[in-house]
Amino acid sequence: MHIFTLFLHGNDVREGLGIEMEVTLQNLTKKFPGRDRKKQEDVIAVNDFTFQIPDGKLIGLLGPSGCGKSTTLNLISGLLKPTDGKIFFGKDDVTDLPPENRGIGLVFQNYALYPHLTVKQNILFPLENLKGKDKLSKEQMLEKAYEAARLVQIDELMDRKPGELSGGQQQRVAIARALVKRPKVLLLDEPLSNLDARLRLQTREEIRRIQRETKITTIFVTHDQEEAMSISDMIVVMKEGMVQQIDKPQKVYDDPENLFVAKFLGTPPVNVFTGQIKNHKLYIGNDCIMEAGEEADREVYVGIRPEGFFPKADGALCCRLCGVEVMGRDISVISSNPSSLNAVVRSIIGTENKADMEEILSMGEGNISTDAVVRFSLAPHKVFLFDKETEDRIYL
Amino acid sequence: MIKKKLKNSGFKGWLYLLPAILFLGGFMVYPLIDVFIYSFEEGYNSASQVYFGVGFYNYSYVLHDPYFLQAVKNTFILVIITVPLSTGIALLISLGLSMIRPLRNLFQTIYFLPYVTNTLAVGLVFMILFKKTAYSDGLVNLLINWFGGRSVDFIDGPYWAKMFVLCFYTIWIVLPFKILILTSALSSVDQIYYNAAKVDGTSRFRTFMRITLPMISPMIFYLIITGFIGAFKAYSDAVALFGTNLNAAEMNTIVGYVYDMLYGDSGGYPSYASAAAIILFAIVLTITCINLLISKKNVHY
Repeated sequence: MHIFTLFLHGNDVREGLGIEMEVTLQNLTKKFPGRDRKKQEDVIAVNDFTFQIPDGKLIGLLGPSGCGKSTTLNLISGLLKPTDGKIFFGKDDVTDLPPENRGIGLVFQNYALYPHLTVKQNILFPLENLKGKDKLSKEQMLEKAYEAARLVQIDELMDRKPGELSGGQQQRVAIARALVKRPKVLLLDEPLSNLDARLRLQTREEIRRIQRETKITTIFVTHDQEEAMSISDMIVVMKEGMVQQIDKPQKVYDDPENLFVAKFLGTPPVNVFTGQIKNHKLYIGNDCIMEAGEEADREVYVGIRPEGFFPKADGALCCRLCGVEVMGRDISVISSNPSSLNAVVRSIIGTENKADMEEILSMGEGNISTDAVVRFSLAPHKVFLFDKETEDRIYL
Repeated sequence: MIKKKLKNSGFKGWLYLLPAILFLGGFMVYPLIDVFIYSFEEGYNSASQVYFGVGFYNYSYVLHDPYFLQAVKNTFILVIITVPLSTGIALLISLGLSMIRPLRNLFQTIYFLPYVTNTLAVGLVFMILFKKTAYSDGLVNLLINWFGGRSVDFIDGPYWAKMFVLCFYTIWIVLPFKILILTSALSSVDQIYYNAAKVDGTSRFRTFMRITLPMISPMIFYLIITGFIGAFKAYSDAVALFGTNLNAAEMNTIVGYVYDMLYGDSGGYPSYASAAAIILFAIVLTITCINLLISKKNVHY
């Protein structure tokens, strides 16, 4: 059995928000009873996985919907009890602790702001729950509430009701409410999914800034790979409850460990071909595209990032030209290949060189004849090989 | 052109409204105005359509009539006891219902039964419970005797006993509807708020007071307003329990008084009945206005 470990540290912080914190998850598994009573089959939402993260960082849990990322978040928050495995915060076993005793802040997908309370009352709410020695005076509470509000820049809106705020502002209020008790870990469930595109860009920078300022270890869940790549220090790619890869965003993109990760990250997505290794050479169809090291002869999947294609008259890979799309900053050449698993092969061509650019554009003008052909040479570091059975990466 | 179109559409709109306007005007607005006029016409006779004069005599008579004062007292006691109690009990039962998983449907059905039960059957049940007959003192008295108390005549006995039965009956009969409304209101509160409260370490009591209650407050407010109005209009319940001679039983209500003035044994006084009806209207209007004022502060939409 794997040991599933997650180290999260939070440094002592300038602003005093957050405490040094290490979170460890061991063999964490969550099963839900199956809907179909006759089959009695459990649905495994989270299956054990391994990942380690440096302290005080922003971690993105990434995966398609239903992959168990939200369940993982809820397990860490304590809203769900694990079927198996343990969770440690620092040295303490918190597996059986209720959420309120874990010292977490949770921002819900739709924010869950209490609609009948003002922004100020919403932020004060967690503080008012404190009992015993933690109990604060009214002034202390207000001070903390304003401190949190200033951090997310909503101190002007304190007397409004959530319904009177825009989506982005509500989001900030939710973050302020989660931060006001100075949590050890901040959890964000799909923090950007309810915002429009422009606001999403702005807010993700905002989340990054808040995380940097507070240094609170932050875990957020998203299905949007661009979002995860842009702000996380580390991303965890999940699929069907299993961790696929954990690494720095750029590393995951450049070096996917399996076909799923390669396909999930990147827009436009990676182009996948079926290919063969014959006599230590890699073939797509009849085109020999590169050396294949010492690998034995076999069938493989070949993933090629769109930016790995370079149109060249003597290029190795031959495709049928379908069209050229201009997107301003760069050009994409649409072509097809019988070995491609995607409907079309989409390649992105930079526009640094004016002459090359104009030549490519001229190819796409007018009616393209059905036997028009484009040849690409490929950047070797943008080409990934995967085993046809396991879909695991084959490193050359 | 456009103007003509607008004019046309306005005309059409009125045409669509016409049936409802005619109906409501003929059977609601006109009688209301009529009642208001009657209440100022002294000694109006509906057969000969004549009256002696115009003034406040009808109001003065009604307000000095001991039967009316008794009816007002009964109505107010009924309202003050049954509205808060029935709403409170309904809230408790709904909370209980929303907390249990197993047998929830069964309990929901049981609590809803009074709503669908025939009035006569209900009357019969209450007879068995409370009525003193030649053979038994009723089930409730049996219980009282069991605990060593003395039998009480709930139907023909002391005032407080009769009032107790009337309140009990009223609460019991309005509970199902209130439970129905409140259980649906409770289940419409998004679970996410409870999760948020849980993460913040909110106690159950505080969660209820600060989250659940404000979120279902529009429904509670609706139940209180309709409860007040319904209780002020109470009449048939009293008749079902104590028979038609409510004045003799000291159990009359304002609506009962109005009815008696029109058709009862002492009836045939539409002017007095109208004055009493207008007074009832004024009371209900005042209470509803007060309710609305209070609700502005405490109800969150």
